[in-house]
Amino acid sequence: MAEKFDVIVVGAGMAGNAAAYTLAQGGLKVLQIERGETPGSKNVQGAILYSDAIEKIIPDFRDEAPLERHLIEQRVWVLDDTSYMGTHYRSEDFNKPPYNRYTIIRAHFDQWFNKKAREAGALTICETTVTELLLDGKKVVGVRTDRKGGEIYADAVILADGVNSRLAVKAGFNSEIKPKDVALAVKEIHFLPQETIEARFNIGEEEGVVIEMAGKISAGMMGTGFLYTNKESITLGVGCMLSDFKEQQVTPYELLDRMKAHPSIAPLIAGSEMKEYAAHLIPEGGYNAIPQVYGDGWLIAGDAGQFVNGIHREGSNLAMTTGMLAARTLVELKAAGKPFSAANLSRYKAKLDESFVMKDLKKYRRMPDIFHNNKQFFTTYPDLLSKAAQTLIRVDGVDKKSKEKSIKQSFINARTRLGLIGDAFKFWRAVE
Amino acid sequence: MHSVVCIKQVPDSAQIRVHPVTNTIMRQGVPAIINPYDLFALEEALRLKDRFGGTVTVVTMGPPMAEAALRKCLSYGADDAILVSDRAFAGSDTLATSFALTSTIRKIMENMPVDLIFTGKQTIDGDTAQVGPGIAKRLDCQLLTYVSKIVDVDLEQREIQVERRAEGGVQFLKTAMPCLITMLEGTNEMRFGDLDDLFRAARYDLKVWNKEAAGIDDAEMIGLKGSPTVVSKVFAPRPRSQRAEMIETQDNDPKNLAVTLLAKMFTQHPKLEKEIAKRAR
Ligand SMILES: Cc1cc2nc3c(=O)[nH]c(=O)nc-3n(C[C@H](O)[C@H](O)[C@H](O)COP(=O)(O)OP(=O)(O)OC[C@H]3O[C@@H](n4cnc5c(N)ncnc54)[C@H](O)[C@@H]3O)c2cc1C
Ligand SMILES: Cc1cc2nc3c(=O)[nH]c(=O)nc-3n(C[C@H](O)[C@H](O)[C@H](O)COP(=O)(O)OP(=O)(O)OC[C@H]3O[C@@H](n4cnc5c(N)ncnc54)[C@H](O)[C@@H]3O)c2cc1C
Repeated sequence: MAEKFDVIVVGAGMAGNAAAYTLAQGGLKVLQIERGETPGSKNVQGAILYSDAIEKIIPDFRDEAPLERHLIEQRVWVLDDTSYMGTHYRSEDFNKPPYNRYTIIRAHFDQWFNKKAREAGALTICETTVTELLLDGKKVVGVRTDRKGGEIYADAVILADGVNSRLAVKAGFNSEIKPKDVALAVKEIHFLPQETIEARFNIGEEEGVVIEMAGKISAGMMGTGFLYTNKESITLGVGCMLSDFKEQQVTPYELLDRMKAHPSIAPLIAGSEMKEYAAHLIPEGGYNAIPQVYGDGWLIAGDAGQFVNGIHREGSNLAMTTGMLAARTLVELKAAGKPFSAANLSRYKAKLDESFVMKDLKKYRRMPDIFHNNKQFFTTYPDLLSKAAQTLIRVDGVDKKSKEKSIKQSFINARTRLGLIGDAFKFWRAVE
Repeated sequence: MHSVVCIKQVPDSAQIRVHPVTNTIMRQGVPAIINPYDLFALEEALRLKDRFGGTVTVVTMGPPMAEAALRKCLSYGADDAILVSDRAFAGSDTLATSFALTSTIRKIMENMPVDLIFTGKQTIDGDTAQVGPGIAKRLDCQLLTYVSKIVDVDLEQREIQVERRAEGGVQFLKTAMPCLITMLEGTNEMRFGDLDDLFRAARYDLKVWNKEAAGIDDAEMIGLKGSPTVVSKVFAPRPRSQRAEMIETQDNDPKNLAVTLLAKMFTQHPKLEKEIAKRAR
């Protein structure tokens, strides 16, 4: 293959498509290589799309992107075995365009996004796996693929190959991702008639609800569950740290089955037809796990660079933003006639630091470790909170003062006075 | 040697479901694929090209989204691709489909003679297996259905030899070209195209023919008007609770066979046994 490109983008997920689109718009000659049968075909199905990130890339995306529902209600639930306790926040403000968050089906959205990149001039080839980076000394000069005649050259390569990025590891730029830095999420799509969904969640035709869950749903492991409404289906899933699954000997689908059987969740999906089951890794190591993200002739964007905000379950927006920033860096250098050397590509890091991506990840940098070492947040507290609520609500002849006292005592018994103060401090440090 | 391969983009039937209450087909999230049988046809055409040189043209009649299926065929190594697409084709049954495809193939022949036309055995969504034979009849060319292997092609004599799966055996057939072949499954395996083919497929300027370009003047012959078939009802058959079981005779004695059969019946229906025993008394 004699043809040479300005940039090769590996992957056609959120980061790869954002990069390819931005590069093509900037007039660079781009080749995008995707392993899946189509862009998005390897992607875990349902997801929440945050408008801001895509809006910065394609301002009028709402006119044509395949969107399911805009979210008007957020529920946060803490579950124990039989109950949930939580908040529902619904606001008419979320019902006024331009909408802030949408549910999407990734396979559809990614195909649309990739089509935009191709229309802008990028060349995308699918069903082709990049097997390694071609190096000239330390400089990346192209990629090798699994196809016959499969070496292709370029001045720079953007690695947007997702969570378990093998390429940077293989080239010796980064080390293997650690089990404590990745969560394993399983997710299913349950089909239900549109009217049923709208009745069950008390929503209108285009409106959607998301439920975020924590507590016993994760069987005492560090993780969360989620459920959201698509047009004619419900996505639900649960994610926990890979290291916890190993330790606790629970399989992800056992956990998901337990979640589906929970008395607060079962009625929401009753009578549905399950279609898709998918498991996928999520990088959760946060700020401290971010590897080197640029070098001579290469840049990393998206999950491949561990750019995920676990606590807010934001990933795709960080992927899009980092993909866009990586591309912009190259477009600017090209326009200035400068080579894609490591020194010049350090501008990418500077752009990241200025953006919400690094600011947010930095803010929560302690969270992974704190939650990792303090499982009580996922085990003891949900139980305590649920019992406390029951004690208060149940009318049984016991006076309120005694009830309060018994609640207080149950917390102290479980965690000790000092423990409670310590936990409060840790929680504050994690999110501060 | 010029082969035309007819392909159809179909919903992946492994993932399609009929709504249990409304009996409508639930297509949401069901990916579109190339009809699997058509890939065996395409691979066979590509193998002939490998052996004898020439051109492989892929044709589909379908909506604009069928473009993806055609590009995929190009990435496997097909040389040309034509999308026959026009609102006027909507609702075409096998009669109208074979009419439109025949007219298209005639147009292709104007530019380059065609030696072989390939179709799949049948589709996985319509399942009629009528389109291939329909085209052969209209073109008045030879027809070989359920072909499992192309044994040889003699370009001098313009003859083709094939193996055809038939009830109870395999037939060796020889016929004259041009000829239409409907290909069976499992006869070959689709290749993994070169990077060059992939690039060509991605950049290929796809030909989209409307009904005029496909040489159709008479709108009465296509679409709903040209389709006498009426789908009056779609329903999901109740799944069979048990599979049929074959019982073989050991010694050609029907009495023994009857005893085995009764024993099997009675284990399934103990009440029946008691009932019969009571009456026999
Ligand atoms: C269960 C679950 C739920 C989630 N929910 C949300 C949510 O609601 N909102 C949100 O914002 N984020 C969510 N995320 C996170 C989000 O999915 C990711 O952060 C986002 O997809 C990252 O985009 P990406 O482009 O970096 O990677 P991906 O989208 O994973 O794309 C990487 C692409 O690269 C391809 N690829 C990999 N290796 C190669 C190779 N060697 N050669 C060629 N191609 C290759 C892959 O096939 C893939 O298409 C969720 C994740 C999971 C697992
Ligand atoms: C649920 C359902 C509803 C339907 N509803 C209607 C309806 O309302 N009205 C109506 O008129 N028809 C309807 N049809 C019929 C539909 O239009 C047929 O699928 C079509 O005519 C082709 O027939 P087939 O799929 O049985 O192809 P087959 O005869 O089984 O196909 C054999 C081969 O012919 C070739 N071929 C078939 N179609 C094409 C094509 N379009 N382009 C290129 N090559 C092709 C392929 O090589 C294929 O392997 C319906 C079918 C189904 C399954």
